[in-house]
Amino acid sequence: MTLRPLLVFSLACCLLCLIASFASAQSIEFNRDIRPLLSENCFYCHGPDAEHRQADLRLDLRDQAVSAGAFQPGNAAESKLIDRIFSADPQLVMPPGDSNKKLSETQKKLLKDWIDQGGQYQTHWSYQRPKRPDSLAKASLDPSSSIDALVDELITSKGLTRSKRADPRSLIRRVYYDLIGLPPSPEQVAAFEADSSVKAYQELVESLLANPHFGERMAVDWLDVVRFADTIGYHSDNPRNIWPYRDYVIASFNSGKPFDRFTLEQIAGDLLPDSDQEALIGSAFNRLILSTEEGGAQPKDYEARMLADRVRAIGTVWLGQTTACAQCHDHKYDPITLKDFYSLGAFFADIQEPIVGAREEGLAIMEPSDSERLSQLDAAINEASQHLKELELKESDTSDSQAAKDRLEKARKQREAFTKSLPKCLVTKATVNKRTVRLLPRGNWMDESGPVIKPALPEYLVPSNSEKASGQQSNPVELTRLDLARWLVSPENPLTARVTMNRLWKHFFAMGLSKVLDDLGTQGEMPVNPKLLDYLACEFIDSGWDYKHMIRSIVLSRTYQQSCETDPANIALDPLNRLTARQSPFRMDAEFIRDYALQYAGLLSTKIGGPSAKPYQPEGYWDSLNFPTRSYTPDKGPNQYRRGLYTWWQRTFLHPSLLAFDAPSREECCAERTRSNIPQQALVLLNDPTYVEAAKTLASRALESKSTSVNERLDWMFAQVLQRKASPTEQEELLRLLDKQHGYYKQHSESATKLTQNGTFQSSEPLDPIEHSAWIHLARVLLNLHETITRN
Amino acid sequence: MLGKSTLGAAALTTLFGQDRSRAESKGAIEKLPLPQKVKRVIWLTMAGGPSHLELFDPKPKLAELHGQPMPESYTAGQQLAQLQGQKLMCLGPLFPFQKTGTQGTEISTLLPHIGSIIDDICLVRSMTTDAINHDPAHMFMNTGSQIAGRPSMGAWVNYGLGSIAENLPGFVVLVSTGKGRSPQPIAARQWSSGFLPGRFQGVQLRSQGEAVLYLNNPPGVEASQQALDIAAIEKLNREHAMRVQDPEIETRIAQYELAFEMQTSIPNLMDASDETEETLDLYGCLPGDGSFASNCLLARRLAQRGVRFIQLYHRDWDHHSLLKEELPLRAKEVDQPSAALIKDLKRLGLLEETLVVWSGEFGRTPMSQANKGTVGRDHHNKSMSMWMAGGGIRPGMVYGSTDELGYAACEKICTVHDLHATMLAQLGIQHDAFTYKFQGLDFKLTGVEGARVIDEILS
Repeated sequence: MTLRPLLVFSLACCLLCLIASFASAQSIEFNRDIRPLLSENCFYCHGPDAEHRQADLRLDLRDQAVSAGAFQPGNAAESKLIDRIFSADPQLVMPPGDSNKKLSETQKKLLKDWIDQGGQYQTHWSYQRPKRPDSLAKASLDPSSSIDALVDELITSKGLTRSKRADPRSLIRRVYYDLIGLPPSPEQVAAFEADSSVKAYQELVESLLANPHFGERMAVDWLDVVRFADTIGYHSDNPRNIWPYRDYVIASFNSGKPFDRFTLEQIAGDLLPDSDQEALIGSAFNRLILSTEEGGAQPKDYEARMLADRVRAIGTVWLGQTTACAQCHDHKYDPITLKDFYSLGAFFADIQEPIVGAREEGLAIMEPSDSERLSQLDAAINEASQHLKELELKESDTSDSQAAKDRLEKARKQREAFTKSLPKCLVTKATVNKRTVRLLPRGNWMDESGPVIKPALPEYLVPSNSEKASGQQSNPVELTRLDLARWLVSPENPLTARVTMNRLWKHFFAMGLSKVLDDLGTQGEMPVNPKLLDYLACEFIDSGWDYKHMIRSIVLSRTYQQSCETDPANIALDPLNRLTARQSPFRMDAEFIRDYALQYAGLLSTKIGGPSAKPYQPEGYWDSLNFPTRSYTPDKGPNQYRRGLYTWWQRTFLHPSLLAFDAPSREECCAERTRSNIPQQALVLLNDPTYVEAAKTLASRALESKSTSVNERLDWMFAQVLQRKASPTEQEELLRLLDKQHGYYKQHSESATKLTQNGTFQSSEPLDPIEHSAWIHLARVLLNLHETITRN
Repeated sequence: MLGKSTLGAAALTTLFGQDRSRAESKGAIEKLPLPQKVKRVIWLTMAGGPSHLELFDPKPKLAELHGQPMPESYTAGQQLAQLQGQKLMCLGPLFPFQKTGTQGTEISTLLPHIGSIIDDICLVRSMTTDAINHDPAHMFMNTGSQIAGRPSMGAWVNYGLGSIAENLPGFVVLVSTGKGRSPQPIAARQWSSGFLPGRFQGVQLRSQGEAVLYLNNPPGVEASQQALDIAAIEKLNREHAMRVQDPEIETRIAQYELAFEMQTSIPNLMDASDETEETLDLYGCLPGDGSFASNCLLARRLAQRGVRFIQLYHRDWDHHSLLKEELPLRAKEVDQPSAALIKDLKRLGLLEETLVVWSGEFGRTPMSQANKGTVGRDHHNKSMSMWMAGGGIRPGMVYGSTDELGYAACEKICTVHDLHATMLAQLGIQHDAFTYKFQGLDFKLTGVEGARVIDEILS
């Protein structure tokens, strides 16, 4: 009897062991389980970088690892790799102590089991072409349902349950933020609360996709990743003409331009057979790099920097590859070679531009009416010069001739004045005098011993094509930027669609399916839901690279519409919400925090596009700029209240209130903003004149509104900012605050006068400064609430 | 190390939330691998590239060759800035040197005060850098990379060690006002947190206008009224927290408290009226004037309040021309206050727990530059001098040397990465184990090329 429990226990143990080994025997997958271990712990010395490789052993290629004797497939006991990782000898153990890397016991065991199972390799997941998941093959689901099915498949297997659909208010606020970056009005929320049916939601989504502010919202992510800014970046950080590119991005999203065309225009808009002004403005992408006007800057040095800047951009924006490493050496983790780096750079050797010094003025940008006007002016010049010629032939008297000369001069000046008034944009212009690109050993621009390099696609991504890619056919045709762009958006390239869709997922769910948005290489993360990312990538390509289609598909999914609220069991299982069995709340981005406050205040300018705007900025903030020194003059009138994305983007001194909320300086491509929560943010929302003025104006609106009682006014203001009714506690607290502030300003009318004079906006009718001040405080509190600046 | 990429917004709070109620926080390094000799760094940055040949590195041979062509053996195939393609002539030191301290270390007569503390500092004459233009050179000196977007050292250190300052940022930057002639610009990138979370970024303390951007209440709002608003914000945020699952709310509440506290703590910090006449005389400053001297005093006040990384910028050392006329002015502006800072920290017992670094971003050529008016020297990255003092640094030492013309560091060469590795070691951080995952890669302040802790200068 006494033995029985023990026996049962032992049996259970055996059974458990069996299950465990069965599970592990079944479940080891190289890409998911093994590659990350090898990459993190081994590739640094035993990876693609030949120069740094130790013991002539590379573990990233199976054949070479086996032939070098690193392991015997199917026989861990006879495998050196296993000996070394389990070794107790500090001289022998791998990874070595000074690498600061360490394998856990579980990881060692995993490697052992993997070898025992045959030590199979797989092509890195992101280098294989995406394919539509088999599980979707039979059912003919619409894209939104396909997304839901793939999410369900995963969360069910992990024991998670979906959250319910978000309440109508949260949902409409969410989709407004995500699609246009503006809040719905209380009336719009009320209407949706009255009918939040599937149909009503679909209509809402369609109207937002067609809203001209949609392009502005989507542009922000893109402008970050391509590093759009108004200034050159280095040293003097002087202005350059580039803002039409920003408007081009907005217009492209609004018009539903296919992403492949969008890509071609940006990289090679000047080389397209049907190149037009729009495509040329798109090609300003190539000019978004940093440049310098510093005295003593050496052209060769900056030529190398500019080349590297562009290669990093292609790597980050389209490929999701950290190419930067290969500027000096073969990549230590991914198969990107030094040669690949300079071959990519060579695509851009035809761009005509100053290397050191001021950028040119750029292309004059014309609306159709401008072209018409220009033709008129040209005609006037023609006519005047014709007239003059005739007079000269007739040898007319001098006064007639002088009059004709004056007329011609005037016509020319008019044309000049007109073209001067047109906006300009740096664009790409190819020159036949291409710069010679050499492979720079160790990235050293002073070393000219490296071979001359021609444009070529990265060999590891175009293996079958490597001859063509490196331009070494019998009849070599040098590849152009257009070839590069076409390849980036061709089905042969496994990366672009995945990279883009991973970022799009992040836009709607706070985190990418693969969390490292700028690296889908071996040091990145295998997607938490690889099938879903593959599905999105395939659907994106098959839809004709239709961005709006993908957005629509995501926001109409049940997955997107879920509530952020869930039961604790789900949180425990998936604390970071990687599997999206719920939605995630997050703090809004810098630009939109501004937009929302100005919108609530009724101040926001809804104009789309145009030169960058200068909101209030602390005096002296640009004191450290020089060559020349700069003063900052805030814009007046409606231009003061432009949307955040139009803010003048000074790379070395980005507007401090945008900076406080993590807007990037855009000196480098930025695929993901950090999202910090710091005291400077409180200082901005409390004290930045923009927000003080917004509070002031919101308060005047409350006082001017039809509401007459204090409670009604409070309800009105609360509804403007939060689109809901205040709870009794909230109402009580706010009324108490109102009362206290009112009492104070009654005693200190001078302070009330000062407070109500903040900002430049004046209300239409004079208000009692004391009452106004009290309400300003109320408005301030509302604009500072966590709920106000959070998308959930 | 924890990377941004491994953390969502929610996780950040979970990890750091409990420490966020005050600026004080624990760092990412749980257990320091090395003994921590200093708690903080004060970095005196002489922006523009001060001439080592007039200040710290006497070269009689260069004086001998004054006016003669620079021997080509030095310069053939070398990287030059504004002198590229020009005729290269030797320029002898424009100011005399004098023996100082117990070792008779020779430094410029322009720096008598620094001379007076020579026995407390370690002078390094063999520094080099990779970059030869100001902007990239500053980037390299601050972030260990010439590519923008990397965190500067102050951010790294705060990330690794956390902050011990109450109600003050852990990384503070002070830029002297007074623009001299036309100084080189300084980008805010120099104190950026790069890919590290924004809370590690350097905060600039300004002597004019608001000390910290947006620190002051709007006109018409007294502190008492601000407090009422903040209390209401907290109340409503707490109410909201009961309705939703969003751990960021707690953090937000803490940030408002901290912001409000900063509104008091920073004016207190800036108000030097509690300093004695004698102290003010020591620095030679008029508090609040934004001078380098005032900023040195502020640096000491920041050190006393536990700020981890304090960086001062003094500009206008870029003497392509007017070397003779302008260098003495810059030297005078920084000589007494730099020395005063060391003396003051020492007498307060703070020097042994502080690392003070005095450096530019590069040195200057032994060749003259005459194409910009009266004679000057060009940028130069093969040699420069700098000094360090404080905990764990061997006092009274001269380390390394340049060739006889001061063209290139030739003995015990010290790179920028070596400097960083050494500084980190003083803080208890092992540089090659101090990484942050970004873009899938383990980024290090000291880069991928390797760096050496300069043990010889450590006591």
